[in-house]
Amino acid sequence: MSPADRFARLPDLLADDSDLARRGRWVTVDCRIDIGEQPFFLGLENGALAAFERGTRLMRSSAFTIRADEEAWTQHWQAMPAPGWHDLFALTKRGAATMEGDFRPLLQHLQFFKDLLALPRRLSTEG
Amino acid sequence: MAPVLDPMVGRYLRLEIDGVDHRLYFEEAGPKEGGGIPLVCLHTAGADSRQYRHLLADREITSRFRVLAFDMPWHGKSTPPDGWEKTEYRLTTASYTAAIRAFCRVMELDKPVVMGCSIGGRIVLNLAIAHAAEFRALIALEAADFQQPWYDTTWLHRPDVHGGEVCAALVSGLIAPQSPPASRHETLWMYMQGGPGVFKGDLYFYRVDGDLRDKVKSIDTKVCPLYLLTGEYDFSCTAEDTLRTAAQIPGVEVQIMKHVGHFPMSEHPAKFREYILPVLAKIS
Repeated sequence: MSPADRFARLPDLLADDSDLARRGRWVTVDCRIDIGEQPFFLGLENGALAAFERGTRLMRSSAFTIRADEEAWTQHWQAMPAPGWHDLFALTKRGAATMEGDFRPLLQHLQFFKDLLALPRRLSTEG
Repeated sequence: MAPVLDPMVGRYLRLEIDGVDHRLYFEEAGPKEGGGIPLVCLHTAGADSRQYRHLLADREITSRFRVLAFDMPWHGKSTPPDGWEKTEYRLTTASYTAAIRAFCRVMELDKPVVMGCSIGGRIVLNLAIAHAAEFRALIALEAADFQQPWYDTTWLHRPDVHGGEVCAALVSGLIAPQSPPASRHETLWMYMQGGPGVFKGDLYFYRVDGDLRDKVKSIDTKVCPLYLLTGEYDFSCTAEDTLRTAAQIPGVEVQIMKHVGHFPMSEHPAKFREYILPVLAKIS
């Protein structure tokens, strides 16, 4: 499964995580996550994925964007990721990921977004 | 049934630091009168001495060491100095060094060992540079002469972001994935409880005032032995940062800890024990 195909399973993974949904109950924001060349547009409402679209959307606005290449997401989603690949900020510090846009909603709900973007780790059998 | 009590005892200490009255909370365990070697433990930025509760309860350590861990001014149960509301808290190399030396002096500790983690590790390097003769040995955890910043600290103290939760969320990535979940979340809980702006104020020392590049070259480990230990999952103070620092200090002992991150003593006490017991054995 490609990294983008794994990330495409995010709605099911989030739906299966009642604790993360509970912790995200104040999260309402549109954001963009790029898995390599594949953009995903997430519309979060009270911690649930009200919208989840894969692929380019013309002039679609989003509060913030997190981008990383396929290698970074693949490493990040290992069941037991290696040092330097195990956290979003480890990825940005090493130059394997970027964050841009309005950081306020991201920082207001940082643990939620870290845990949300780590959910595909559960699909991993390696590590 | 008898109450189940942890062995450490907590007290408040009245002392002056740089001419200012302070009331510091500390905990200790071990043989006070039985010749125990004083071992003073320094917590990380934005946290408090609870990080060392496993060490304070480890009878293999407290049989030989008098372990003391204090909450730095503004942290934990140490009250900030009178008039704190009119100042912005900022830790500096000078103020941090003064607090440690005042604690050791007022407690009448004879050539203590000092072990610090993160900012505590950085200040231990400064003790080795400037005051080595006062100490029996120095242990710096997650320490380097300098580290590349990886986020903007202004996000740590502003009204539209919950300070405790953002501090904990940021540092959560510094904990190794192998750490037991209960220990991970206990470590994060402490970060959620810091006073407003205190973590940010600590990082002023870390990022702006405490750059020890070049200065570490003057450390003489013949005057005071120095041990550096860093967890492989610490991307704030990386293994490379610590090894680069160690390469400048003849006689230093350095070790990279597997399956450990930035908070070895609290995120994975059992694993840390494997690494710290041999170091303490050499010192005692």
